[in-house]
Amino acid sequence: MTTTTITKKSFREVYRSLHIPPVYYFLIVVFLTSGILDQLYSDGQILSNPLIGMNILVRSVALGIVAIGQTLVIIGGSIDLSVAYLISITSVMSSYVMQGKPENVFKAIVVVFAIGAVVGLVNGLIVTKLRVNPFIATLGTSLILKGIINGTFSNYTGSVPRSFEFFGYERVGSIPVSVIILFLIVIGGWFVLSKTKFGAHLYGVGGNDEVARLSGLRTDRVVIGAHIICSLTAVLTGLFIVSRLRAGAPWVGPDGVYDLESIATVVIGGTLLSGGKGGVWGTLAGVIIFGILDTAFNQLGVNPYLTIVIRGAIVILAVASYTYRSKLQVA
Amino acid sequence: MTTAAITPQSGVSKFLHFVWSNIKKIPPVYPVFLVLFIVVSFLSPTYSSMNGIMAFLRRTAPLAILAIGQMIVLSSGGFDLSIGSLVTMVCLGSSLLLNNDPANAYPAIGIMMLIGISIGMVNGLVVSYLKVPSFIVTLGMMLLVKGLVLYWVGGAPKGYFTDNWRMWGRGYIENVPVFGRFPIGLIVLIVVGLLIWYLYHRTNFGKQVLAIGDNVRAARLSGVRVNLIRVAAFVTCSILAVIGGVMTGGYGGVNVTIGEGMEMQAIAACVVGGVLLGGGKGNVLNVIFGAYTLEILISMLTLLGLPKPYKDVVQGLIIIGAVAYVAYMARKKR
Repeated sequence: MTTTTITKKSFREVYRSLHIPPVYYFLIVVFLTSGILDQLYSDGQILSNPLIGMNILVRSVALGIVAIGQTLVIIGGSIDLSVAYLISITSVMSSYVMQGKPENVFKAIVVVFAIGAVVGLVNGLIVTKLRVNPFIATLGTSLILKGIINGTFSNYTGSVPRSFEFFGYERVGSIPVSVIILFLIVIGGWFVLSKTKFGAHLYGVGGNDEVARLSGLRTDRVVIGAHIICSLTAVLTGLFIVSRLRAGAPWVGPDGVYDLESIATVVIGGTLLSGGKGGVWGTLAGVIIFGILDTAFNQLGVNPYLTIVIRGAIVILAVASYTYRSKLQVA
Repeated sequence: MTTAAITPQSGVSKFLHFVWSNIKKIPPVYPVFLVLFIVVSFLSPTYSSMNGIMAFLRRTAPLAILAIGQMIVLSSGGFDLSIGSLVTMVCLGSSLLLNNDPANAYPAIGIMMLIGISIGMVNGLVVSYLKVPSFIVTLGMMLLVKGLVLYWVGGAPKGYFTDNWRMWGRGYIENVPVFGRFPIGLIVLIVVGLLIWYLYHRTNFGKQVLAIGDNVRAARLSGVRVNLIRVAAFVTCSILAVIGGVMTGGYGGVNVTIGEGMEMQAIAACVVGGVLLGGGKGNVLNVIFGAYTLEILISMLTLLGLPKPYKDVVQGLIIIGAVAYVAYMARKKR
């Protein structure tokens, strides 16, 4: 008797303390809608086949990892549009360095993370020290990365050894390694944001840069740190993609529209685009929503060009659903 | 105090002082363009002939028109990233509507113009009433338009452009005194440039665009109909994008990737032409020369043997550098 009341009470407390973002209700709606549509117009795999559910998560891994980094940058009041080409560079460089040999795996990982850290550092420095609008700064670095990669590689380059494919294909029990890594990254992001000093500073800087500076924060360092973390998550996404594809190609980043979609999932998840408010759990829901839509389009056989259209419309409408009530003037 | 000490006394130095203070007011884009142009004409003799100059002006006219449109949105404080997709739409859509029949050329352009205007209107309305940042709206619109067009034409261009459609982008008027051959694209640019110059620098519309770019609240309080002006700015930009699209297609021919990246080129041209991102400042002639400077720089690098993909690298460096320079100057003034 007493034990049940205690568990009930603590359950409610836990539920409240979790602050489940409203986007999870939207997630359920999207899942049920696509499940029902699938039941009516296709073979009903989404609701009946548990493998499809896991497949949705695997599809979400690539976008999910980089979206967590994007969440941090956006909370800090900045943005990163260079992730798509950084993902391309990672996938090409890692498979180029590996050349199918297991002994090169470690070297390749060190190289790509070093590249990622440098790109993040440069982004952060341009935004903070040169005071360039973050949209423009990272679009500029994205153009630079694009030029470098298109000038250097034009097709599949190198390959990854069998041992490296565990990231993309291996399972622990019935759960894919990649899904576990995604959840570790999400938990890591949550920990950084809510349990560390850096996270608290990030919210402060994103909320009001000037106030944060006047209260003694080294705001530039915080923003640069967020940019470096974001670039590192993009690198991890690139490594995941290359381990799935088994060879790197320069078009994987822009083809996946990771720049726009990572921003979209962050905003759908309830993080303010102007910074200072939000979290990683909402972003995770946004990512899974995109995974469900992907799977549903696939099941229903929607024309690939139309899926681009629907995604573009969803990005705009999702952002609008948060902004339309605000009194703030935007441009 | 120190300025009083070095104030010129004699007439000559007074005159020199006057000349220098006027030279200092010249926007940096003109001397930069001049220097680059001289370098290029040393590298390649075609650039010092009248024919070569006219060919250069024909090639750059579409970008200049796109940049003027982008300038209007930028100076209202927004961005328009959908114009590249609009160029693709105009080219692919027209190739389908033309159906290889010259009689369809102007109806096709008319239909594209109507679609362009409605896209601009949606951009403006979503920004104004749903309060979505223009960056997101136009980025989404870029995907949306591209997807719709590819779906419409089935993934690949159909047919070719008829000559009367292509004329606007690649035609010449032959046997013009002094110039030799005068590009039709340049005439379009001059007409559009004059119209927008009047609209932007001489009418209330232009002043109101600049006002909302500078300070939305102040503009609203002083009676500017912010939403209307914002929508009008996006629509103007889209109209110019359609015109620029017809000229781009006329010059370059049918191609699925024809408009890709043009939005960034237009923004880069604006930045080089001294437009302030975030709004409040802009000049039509400077932006046209911004487009010329960008193109001549890329021609120079091509002549020097830089592979084509590195164009993007240069463009990225220019955008960052120019914005950083403006930000630095703004801080110095303060």
